[in-house]
Amino acid sequence: MKVNVYVTLKPGVLDPQGKAIHHALEGLGFGGVSDVRAGRFIELDVADGTSDADLDAMCAKLLANTVIENYRIERP
Amino acid sequence: MKTAVIVFPGSNCDRDMAVALEQVTGRAPAMVWHRESELPDGVDFIALPGGFSYGDYLRSGAMAARSPILRAVSDAAGRGVPVLGVCNGFQVLTEAQLLPGALMRNAGLNFVCRTVPLTVENSQSLFTAGYQAGETIDIPVAHHDGNYFADAATLDRIEGEGRVAFRYADGVNGSARGIAGVLNDAGNVLGMMPHPERAIDRAHGGTDGLRLFEAALGVLA
Repeated sequence: MKVNVYVTLKPGVLDPQGKAIHHALEGLGFGGVSDVRAGRFIELDVADGTSDADLDAMCAKLLANTVIENYRIERP
Repeated sequence: MKTAVIVFPGSNCDRDMAVALEQVTGRAPAMVWHRESELPDGVDFIALPGGFSYGDYLRSGAMAARSPILRAVSDAAGRGVPVLGVCNGFQVLTEAQLLPGALMRNAGLNFVCRTVPLTVENSQSLFTAGYQAGETIDIPVAHHDGNYFADAATLDRIEGEGRVAFRYADGVNGSARGIAGVLNDAGNVLGMMPHPERAIDRAHGGTDGLRLFEAALGVLA
């Protein structure tokens, strides 16, 4: 079973990489972009029946650093 | 005085750290590989060196913080054994939740590699007792992810508890409140981005890092 995990910086945490991407987009002539936030996408292939609690623990213990990041788990 | 340096795949300041520890204690440290689950008996000082453990995969320090030896380091820290994390070692200590906060990409996005002035904020800790509070010392930095972040409540708490050991005298990497080094609540774990082991010999261009090792290793003149 494929599970998608999206790790994003918490609101209010400065994202220097997002800012750099934003500037690069502007440099390419793409106007009208007001902000860019970069995150991480992780695809897990887990045993069928893996519990929500286990997936949550994987995120909280390793995949995200909850000091600065939020995560969202998406099952197919 | 028995010391240990933890070595991860991708550590690259482990030998510099070993030279510093041997210079100050007169005895070579045990070099402990990350797969070990125990520290040598009777270790009374542990150093986590700089570098790029596990290639900085996932986040700087994230994989190292989950390696077998970190459980032993965490247990030792809980018993009061002094633990010093420098640069990547600081990142590992925050990822292992032995220190608060996180180290993010430098605000200017550049790798910063130069000697910077630091203000000693707390001269009462076992690591900083060789300095005067408010003193400015020059220590090299070399990092890409040194931008210290913690939420405002955490920053207020660690400041109020005197746990900010060092602050950058000038802006270096965008760190919250200029924080360069943080102590744990018991005061026996210090994480810092600047490299004191690179400032222990006149040939380094400065020796301001030496007093940190002398104080922490109990050989202060």
